[in-house]
Amino acid sequence: MKFGVVVFPGSNCDHDAFYAIGNVLHKPVEFIWHQSEDLANCDAIILPGGFAHGDYLRTGAIARFSPVMKSVEKFANSGGMVLGICNGFQILLEAGLLPGAMMRNSGLRYICRHVHIRVEQTDTPFTNAAQRGQILTVPIAHNDGNYTSDEATLAGLEKNRQVLFRYTTPHGPDDAAGNPNGSMNNIAGICNRERNIAGLMPHPERAVETALGSDDGLVIFKSMVEALVGAAKASA
Amino acid sequence: MATAGTEIKVTPEIAAEHGVTRDEYARIQQILGRDPNITELGIFSVMWSEHCSYKSSKVHLKRLPTRGKLVVQGPGENAGVVDIGDGLVAAFKIESHNHPSYVEPFQGATTGVGGILRDIFTMGARPIAILDSLRFGEISPVKGTSAEDAAKNRRILDGVVRGVGHYGNCFGVPTIGGEVGFEPCYSQNPLVNALALGIARKEEIFLAKAKGIGNPVIYVGAKTGRDGIHGASLLASAEFTEESKQKRPNVQVGDPFMEKLLLEACLEAMQTGAVVAIQDMGAAGLTCSTMEMASRGGTGIEIDLAKVPQRETGMTPYEIMLSESQERMLLVAEKGREREVLDVFKKWGLDAVVVGTVTDGGIAKVLNHGQIAAEIPAHPLAEEGPVYRRPIAQPPLRHETPADWFLFAPEGTNLTANFAKLLATPAIASKRWITEQYDTSVRTNTLAGPGASDAAVVRIKDPETGIVKRALALATDGNGRWCQLNPRAGAMHAVAEAARNVASSGARPIAATNCLNFGSPEKPDVMWQFSEAIDGLTVACEELGTPITGGNVSFYNETLGKSIYPTPVIGILGILDDASRVLKIAFRAEGDVILLLEGAEAIARAQHAAPLEGKHPSETARGFSSSEYSKTIAGIVSGEPPAIDLAAEKRLIDCLVALASEGSLQSAHDISDGGIAVTLAESCFASASSPAGARHAEPVLGATVKLDAAGAPAEHALFNESGARCVVSASPTKLAAVQRTARQYNVGAREIGKVHLGNALRIEYKGSAVVDSPLDSLRGIWANSLENTLAAK
Repeated sequence: MKFGVVVFPGSNCDHDAFYAIGNVLHKPVEFIWHQSEDLANCDAIILPGGFAHGDYLRTGAIARFSPVMKSVEKFANSGGMVLGICNGFQILLEAGLLPGAMMRNSGLRYICRHVHIRVEQTDTPFTNAAQRGQILTVPIAHNDGNYTSDEATLAGLEKNRQVLFRYTTPHGPDDAAGNPNGSMNNIAGICNRERNIAGLMPHPERAVETALGSDDGLVIFKSMVEALVGAAKASA
Repeated sequence: MATAGTEIKVTPEIAAEHGVTRDEYARIQQILGRDPNITELGIFSVMWSEHCSYKSSKVHLKRLPTRGKLVVQGPGENAGVVDIGDGLVAAFKIESHNHPSYVEPFQGATTGVGGILRDIFTMGARPIAILDSLRFGEISPVKGTSAEDAAKNRRILDGVVRGVGHYGNCFGVPTIGGEVGFEPCYSQNPLVNALALGIARKEEIFLAKAKGIGNPVIYVGAKTGRDGIHGASLLASAEFTEESKQKRPNVQVGDPFMEKLLLEACLEAMQTGAVVAIQDMGAAGLTCSTMEMASRGGTGIEIDLAKVPQRETGMTPYEIMLSESQERMLLVAEKGREREVLDVFKKWGLDAVVVGTVTDGGIAKVLNHGQIAAEIPAHPLAEEGPVYRRPIAQPPLRHETPADWFLFAPEGTNLTANFAKLLATPAIASKRWITEQYDTSVRTNTLAGPGASDAAVVRIKDPETGIVKRALALATDGNGRWCQLNPRAGAMHAVAEAARNVASSGARPIAATNCLNFGSPEKPDVMWQFSEAIDGLTVACEELGTPITGGNVSFYNETLGKSIYPTPVIGILGILDDASRVLKIAFRAEGDVILLLEGAEAIARAQHAAPLEGKHPSETARGFSSSEYSKTIAGIVSGEPPAIDLAAEKRLIDCLVALASEGSLQSAHDISDGGIAVTLAESCFASASSPAGARHAEPVLGATVKLDAAGAPAEHALFNESGARCVVSASPTKLAAVQRTARQYNVGAREIGKVHLGNALRIEYKGSAVVDSPLDSLRGIWANSLENTLAAK
């Protein structure tokens, strides 16, 4: 089992994702430079947060053209597990690997704070270790987290149970009151129909130790590890 | 001689337009043995500007204590460096970007943050935290501030906050602390001081000394444009006038993405072992970096401007040398290994060009297409510039009478309404609206972000193994109002409070950095303030064991002839040997005992209480009239800062560090702005705002406290800001241990109340309640005041 963390010029949560997997979960992990087309036999790919290519033009708009993205797309289309966090989520949207788009936060300001998100689905490799309805406390740190899509896409996401995480208040159920950025349907994270590609705006890699204020983000990485272990067993 | 760009014949008048005095011009002629050409004049003028040469402050700065057993690098390099154990060092420094932030708040603030970050990674250290110390004019119409001015100040604040956030957020370093203050004097001259902290392996620290004759000089990073020409010499080294807005083109433009690439590329290039020296191009750009590297290394340098990557065509040597385009570095590589260095920058998509070589003989030679554009002895230029012993004159003593001082309310007055007003004042109110615009958690080291502890605390991951052992704490402080009333005492308080803040997080203060914001050095009373402040800093830093390792001086903070309050801002770094022992301000459990720790008390309990009792009531009023309460409630700013007792501060600091390492405290929060009442309220508020607290909906914690100070009015007891005091809480089982340790350090530890369940804060004074309020209403006022004020159009 090996995780790969893609490094774009301007990625700044690459070290944090690497640390969460390597130092907290003690699983093999390596960096993949954005100009490489070789995913180094990684079993799961993380597109980390940051400001890839300065977020010039539009968040994620230039990063999707980095050479590594061709390989990520191929990997994902053949069932490989890909998680995009924050800027990584934005890149997945721009690359068309996940549906929808990001707009500027409704308050038109950058926001960094701990938010509460509810796990909506557990039959994915990103949430299998969580309980449905479980509320996680995880930080956000973004300018453009206002998830938007056309109505048909949104309806499709709900119908196919692709919304993995929704903003909420500490104990629910008033989701709108806990939504920091105006995202449609209080969406914090989604997956594709095949459930092997996921993106979320909150930073689970920043919530992996109680000393940092919360370790609720661990469940996402643990889910990925369990999914990989399960896949390895199945193929053995 | 054949020189390029000599179309303009230099005269003493042209020199004067460059801010070069007649005497200085004569000195230039003497150093060169001839008249300078225009490029050379430009180079001299920026190198000898107040901002770059410290010509008015140098004679005073010499008095500051700069040595200590943990100091690896003191002032004079890009940043100070201190040993933090296990082979690691911390590089840190604070710098101002005041004038640019008034002219163009967003860009002024971004480039301020960008500049200080570059100073840190130039040393080979990876930046891990930013703090910002900000001062603005009043943001609501109050005495002396019109509605229009208040609106303008809100716009400046908004631009500065967006700018600080934009740079740090994109660059990927958390902005986790600092302070924000408001006084009418900053209305035309806001202060933007940014502090950055980085860590490195001790043996991997880089210095800016050109070495090795024949070694190539490499230019890396952004291209050079016409932006920021004379930013340092004209913008930062002269006071503001009505025409200053025209200086907007002198403000540089920041690109944090470019700087992030520069950071990664520089650290990677340093790892090759082929980098000999490195210097960032900040103030005075290419001029400062070439001349200082050569001067420090005792070498010469030769560069050809034709090779410098340029953003615009037709730039003259003068413009290239004086440009302050951001995100650029100059480095010296080992001869024959330049390819290794250039390859790293190519990987990161950055320009990197060999523009010259290190030479013998001490001459800095600037060529343009092979023709000499400037030829100057580097050392005399960099080190033998003018030094001024400016006239100093103490302003006449203020003759105040009791009528000028705060009038205490009669005994028995309920102070809850005043307290609520105090909690709403922007200096005291929650800064959440600001700090939530900063990324505070990137790099996953933040153990205490804004408002969680008295200091910002980051843990130290070993750069190779990621193992965490220690943590670093940082706090900044500076009280301009107090310094205006008494610069020496005000400066001492700034050091004492920053150190106390660090100790209240559990860390041992080890070193300091300073940013000295003052008016015009050409005014004798400003120089008196400066000299007094230096003396105050010196005494306090010596007493508290925190040598000054660097910083900067910002003079000419005046507009239309009016100076700001003298505002020395101190940043203090502390070390926590066990990262799991961080103290935070929040009360944690029902039934915990609240204690007041007083450094002054145990040794001099009698003396301490007695003067207050015996003091003439007006003397008590005099010391109180400089407080935030006096300013907010009565509109009175007069008298004196509270008396300062550095020995008491030291005892309290040592005691707090010991208590933290024993693990016997639940919380700690020092007493400062707004007095003990604000301290208590904030410890209650914080108990409900931690992420875990919000999630698990731990019941709201309140407090009941009984205070008694014979002789003093209730307002004094609740809101006075005298130092060397800290409110801590401990579980009843640890009470004896706390008191034992306090005794050992000769620190008073008086039980003053209890943490309880429920939504109430009650403070009794001499048996009757003077503050009694539901916590949520107080909290609402405190939490939303700043946002409500700033939302006003």
